[in-house]
Amino acid sequence: MIGIALPGPADFEAWRAEARRLLAAEVPPERVAWHLRGESAGLFADEAAPAPSPRRDGITVPRAFPELAEVAIRHRDPERFALLYRILWRIAGGEAGLMQVAVDPDVLRAHAMAKAVRRDAHKMHAFVRFRELAGEDGPRFVAWFEPEHHILEAEAGFFIRRFAGMRWSILTPEASAHWDGEELRIGPGGRRTDAPAEDAKEDLWRAYFASIFNPARLKPAAMRAEMPVRYWRNLPEARDIPRLMAEAPRRVAEMVARGATPPAPRRQRVLAADVEAPMPADLFTQDPTAALAALRAEVLADRGPLAEHATQAVFGEGPIGAALLFVGEQPGDEEDIAGRPFVGPAGRMFNRALEEAGIPRAEAYVTNAVKHFKFKPTGRRRLHQSPDAGDIAHYRPFLRREIEIVGPRLVVSLGATALRALTGKPLAITKVRGEVVKSEDGLPVFPTVHPSYLLRLPDPESKAREYARFLGDLKSAWREVQ
Amino acid sequence: MELRRKLEILADAAKYDASCASSGSEKRDSREGGLGSTEGMGICHAYAPDGRCISLLKVLLTNACIYDCAYCINRATSNVPRARFTVRELVDLTLDFYRRNYIEGLFLSSGIIRSPDYTMERLVDVARILREEHGFRGYIHLKTIPDASPELLAEAGRHADRLSINIELPQEGALKALAPEKDLSEIRRAMGRMRLRIEEAKEARKTERRAPAPRFAPAGQSTQMIVGADASDDRAVLGTTANLYGSYGLKRVYFSAYSPIPDASRLLPPVAPPLVREHRLYQADWLLRFYGFTLEEIMAGGEGGMLDLGIDPKLAWALRHRGEFPVDVNRAPRDRLLRVPGLGAKTVDRLLTARRHRSIRSEDLARLRLPLAKLLPFLVTEDHRPRVTDQLDLRALVAPRTGFARAARPVQLALL
Repeated sequence: MIGIALPGPADFEAWRAEARRLLAAEVPPERVAWHLRGESAGLFADEAAPAPSPRRDGITVPRAFPELAEVAIRHRDPERFALLYRILWRIAGGEAGLMQVAVDPDVLRAHAMAKAVRRDAHKMHAFVRFRELAGEDGPRFVAWFEPEHHILEAEAGFFIRRFAGMRWSILTPEASAHWDGEELRIGPGGRRTDAPAEDAKEDLWRAYFASIFNPARLKPAAMRAEMPVRYWRNLPEARDIPRLMAEAPRRVAEMVARGATPPAPRRQRVLAADVEAPMPADLFTQDPTAALAALRAEVLADRGPLAEHATQAVFGEGPIGAALLFVGEQPGDEEDIAGRPFVGPAGRMFNRALEEAGIPRAEAYVTNAVKHFKFKPTGRRRLHQSPDAGDIAHYRPFLRREIEIVGPRLVVSLGATALRALTGKPLAITKVRGEVVKSEDGLPVFPTVHPSYLLRLPDPESKAREYARFLGDLKSAWREVQ
Repeated sequence: MELRRKLEILADAAKYDASCASSGSEKRDSREGGLGSTEGMGICHAYAPDGRCISLLKVLLTNACIYDCAYCINRATSNVPRARFTVRELVDLTLDFYRRNYIEGLFLSSGIIRSPDYTMERLVDVARILREEHGFRGYIHLKTIPDASPELLAEAGRHADRLSINIELPQEGALKALAPEKDLSEIRRAMGRMRLRIEEAKEARKTERRAPAPRFAPAGQSTQMIVGADASDDRAVLGTTANLYGSYGLKRVYFSAYSPIPDASRLLPPVAPPLVREHRLYQADWLLRFYGFTLEEIMAGGEGGMLDLGIDPKLAWALRHRGEFPVDVNRAPRDRLLRVPGLGAKTVDRLLTARRHRSIRSEDLARLRLPLAKLLPFLVTEDHRPRVTDQLDLRALVAPRTGFARAARPVQLALL
């Protein structure tokens, strides 16, 4: 057996240097006895360490190995050095993909060690409790903590990043870390009594812990799973846990027995009436601006079947008396959030086309046949759903009045839904595109496609062709009203 | 009033809000000055005997409130003692707790006093003083008041890591009945405005490197829904939840089992909180968002719009869809493996990698410490093929034995 002594319990660099040397000399894992300097190597460590053999110098291993080993080596298990060397030996010996075999016993064990180390580190970040110590040169914060593994040095960085401007010390049985605001010093281990026995703010913290606890949800197993009892002795708030648990059933029983209580005789002060009540809408007004505003208010208050899931109704936009009135299908995701029509991807394309067709914005009013976004929620996105005949019928009275008030010379329907809403018939756009048809109210309607159709086309060629055709339609519509 | 008494009242008043997350924000620390850090992962500094994580100092600025929400201990007609922190008290308390490593930061909410803007202004003050006067780099979560002005919202987003508005109840009718001053449409529009701002800030950070856009809630927005205070079934709860995730890009929708309060309203007498139901809803929500299940599929595992309380929703679905099983662990695609009861997303990914190198056997699954009794009736391995997939007592065979203890163990709610 070859005895290899390492200088520290979590000294990855030293282990790596030794492991490289052993591997180069082709020393199999079962012939190595790893131990810490100052500890006995064991009875059978009778061979000298080998000289490096020139044959195998550059050992390359998948990056996953050093990443795992660097963490796992902090585990307190004395066999960690041997385990890691065995994995290295196997990788170098031809099992190049070993790190990916999560079910291999060696890999599994190393992963379990790394996981335990990471958990310990996480618990250290969570459960270190500083106590303030007044000093001549300002306060110093001192904590006593008992980690399960050799993690103090590795985790000191976390506390430096968090408390860089404070002077602090973390004492553990094995070692201590001291930060003076500029430099980290690792010192010898300490005792519990080396840290202050109390802190002025602990009473407040304990009061908070007791008050934030809801006795009606007692789940002590869940608490212990995340805050194992072995940490409790260094957590000031844990002192109150037995009392809180013992009192909980009685507190809940009292609440339930008390039942409902009568309302307080003196209610909290009511909001001063500083908000003016909205004027009731005048349905019989002759003024088109007021009429449109009244209709808008009515649409926003609509509680039809689609309103339940949408953010808000989206009403039309544009000047009264616009020559062209464009009717789209329904608001999409972005319109639903913004509360304005034609602001999403299709709307942006429509606006570009309008500009290229030379139609001034002031001559166009834009709205939708359906005023709420109809969609299916799936995971993280909303999937657009086409409105059905019932949806169209529900919003048609709104649309007719909207058109009547705006009074355009020509209505341009974008897509099948708009055409159906206007004519009352399920017409195919391909059949009537380019000709002027009559709406149910006898208004001239000019059908074309919806801009979202252009967005859905897969290849750039047909996209360009259809966009040009759409532009042509817009220009024709514009000529109709000149 | 003594500070300790204030803290007791205002922490007690805040404890019905389930959210305590401190994760998902930008990385920052105090090496260039100031105090504190956030490194992405949240830290739970303590656990109360209710099994809930204590990460942030979660308090109200005041529990005085002009709203009269029946489910809320702080409602206008409640008899609870009222208290109010000064801005200075809150700032000092946060810093004192933070320096001792008790907390990750502050989660500040408030009853509505005088007006929404007046209240929001006070909340923003606390965040601003912490950030600007003390260089506080810890986590700040501010509860947002839906009707507050856009300028206040912008300032709140500049200082806070996370903002939230509570949806409160799953359905509009219930909100009208139990929280007469609240307006679902207004809540939704406010969530929409927050989504726009969060997206704008993110977008601007990506494109304009020289002049970074004003920061806005880098850890996003979340909400909470009370379960069991109204008659909504699980289908309605999950439907609303899916809508909220899809519509407003929420990081989390928290479910909070309606819990008895010391001073209950006549509209809502105290009952035991439906903790198992809350737990099943979280499981179902996870399946919807990360496991490719649809709402219809999940509800098919239960009865009459409610999930099965006795077993988890994935197992409930599997028991009713025996035809989909067994699934071969060595051959099935990822989406099929994700549907096997007892296999989580992480495990599935590890198995997919491992099987490229060798065949998976049952003992391998045991080594990964997977629940074999639950798994094996649904899974084919190199050395195992379930014999009877249609045996009637399968449910009894695979259902957890420790009953509530197992069911009620909270999922640690990591952010993805």
